[in-house]
Amino acid sequence: MKILSALAATVFALAVWQAVVSLTGLPKFILPGPALVAETWWQNRWVIAEHTWITAVEVVIGLAFGTALGVITALQLANSRAARVLVQPMLVFTQALPVFALAPLLTLWLGYGLWSKVAMAVLIIYFPITSSFFDGLMRTPPGYLDLARTMQASPRAVLWHIRIPAALPSLASGMRLAAVYAPIGAVIGEWVGSSKGLGYLMLLANGRAKTDLMFAAMLTLGVFSILLHLIIRRATARMAGEAR
Amino acid sequence: MTQAPDLTISGSATIDGAPLFAPLTLTLGAGQWTCLLGGSGVGKTTVLRLIAGLETGAAFNGQITAGDAQPVTSRVAYMAQDDLLLPWATVAQNVSLGARLRGEKPDLARRDRLIERMRLQDHLNKKPGELSGGQRQRVALARTLMEDRPIVLLDEPFSALDARTRADMQDLAAEALAGRTVLLVTHDPAEAARLGQSIVVMTAQGLTPCEPPSAPAPRHVDDLETLETQGALLRLLREAA
Repeated sequence: MKILSALAATVFALAVWQAVVSLTGLPKFILPGPALVAETWWQNRWVIAEHTWITAVEVVIGLAFGTALGVITALQLANSRAARVLVQPMLVFTQALPVFALAPLLTLWLGYGLWSKVAMAVLIIYFPITSSFFDGLMRTPPGYLDLARTMQASPRAVLWHIRIPAALPSLASGMRLAAVYAPIGAVIGEWVGSSKGLGYLMLLANGRAKTDLMFAAMLTLGVFSILLHLIIRRATARMAGEAR
Repeated sequence: MTQAPDLTISGSATIDGAPLFAPLTLTLGAGQWTCLLGGSGVGKTTVLRLIAGLETGAAFNGQITAGDAQPVTSRVAYMAQDDLLLPWATVAQNVSLGARLRGEKPDLARRDRLIERMRLQDHLNKKPGELSGGQRQRVALARTLMEDRPIVLLDEPFSALDARTRADMQDLAAEALAGRTVLLVTHDPAEAARLGQSIVVMTAQGLTPCEPPSAPAPRHVDDLETLETQGALLRLLREAA
């Protein structure tokens, strides 16, 4: 049923797209139709696959590092008042900076290769991961803490056996957000400076007025992001306390 | 379990300078059920939380002492209206939570005996979400018994249950916790009349001790004297309001 409705929505979107192309008669370097994009995609499938692989690697490494960093930061913040006073404002400030502005700097520091894109993905997901897990850790139901206190639990045991498990659903929702953001980070990194990846391919195609290839790359990125989101959603279902 | 001591709390409490309860003295008889009955907001839960050593938001001026002069807070077990079962842990893990939190090895044989006594042996590996309200409260009772403390503090543990389940739980708890010094905080006169070996009504004016029915607790729900006591308690509560 779910697959059927997704299929119906796709067919509908393609129909609208085709209708706009037919009705407006826009030239194909402005708005290519779905058939042309599909054809271009098929012709360039190996090129697209290669660039998709690069972007996927950046995103997955970024997700892993970003999640690890976010989890560690949230635990430190939850554990220490000093850390909250010193680090929390900084965290909010970094979030207020547009990540786009940092991209050239990261390219300058880390070079044109993989790591500047990984760093972008990490930067963009670090805050949602940290803040969602931290919120979860600070919002342990007070009754559990009362019970633990009457049982003479140590703060460490409370963190390990109660606060962390109680915060896992929050971490899961942070990770699901991160799965959507991380590809954006990687692609921004690729736009600023790279010779590989879907972001690079989109920029290249756009510059040469190969709008159909640009669309093919963009749609591939969209499909990749949705798949990633579904995979992370599945992987975090247990953490989120959802029935499997 | 060590010998259950008697316990006395005396003093007054204020919240942001405004009095919550005036100076009062409440004594829990050794190895007895004391029911503290009162309406919402009179501070009966605060009294219980003070004994448990929990955060109350009130400033307490007074003292809490056990008859044997030993510390109190390390000898209490606590059970609340919310069963406080960890949703991600199984029934068995919830029952032995205290040992895990103290970094001790739980006595598994004892745990299984208690689970069986609470008629939960078929639910050992279930999560709390799969259980009914009554079953969940039985798990909470098993967890309380697992702590094996001489002083047991019950904060309206049965008030969210339906009438039949509540009566069953009252019987079960009365039997399982016999011999311990129990404080049951409740707003239900029927519950106090059924279970109290000593009954104290708490109102804004202070504490009023009431004569419990003569039958041994837990009393039958249709015992005449118990019903009379229930009526008298309700009258007291209404007059005070």
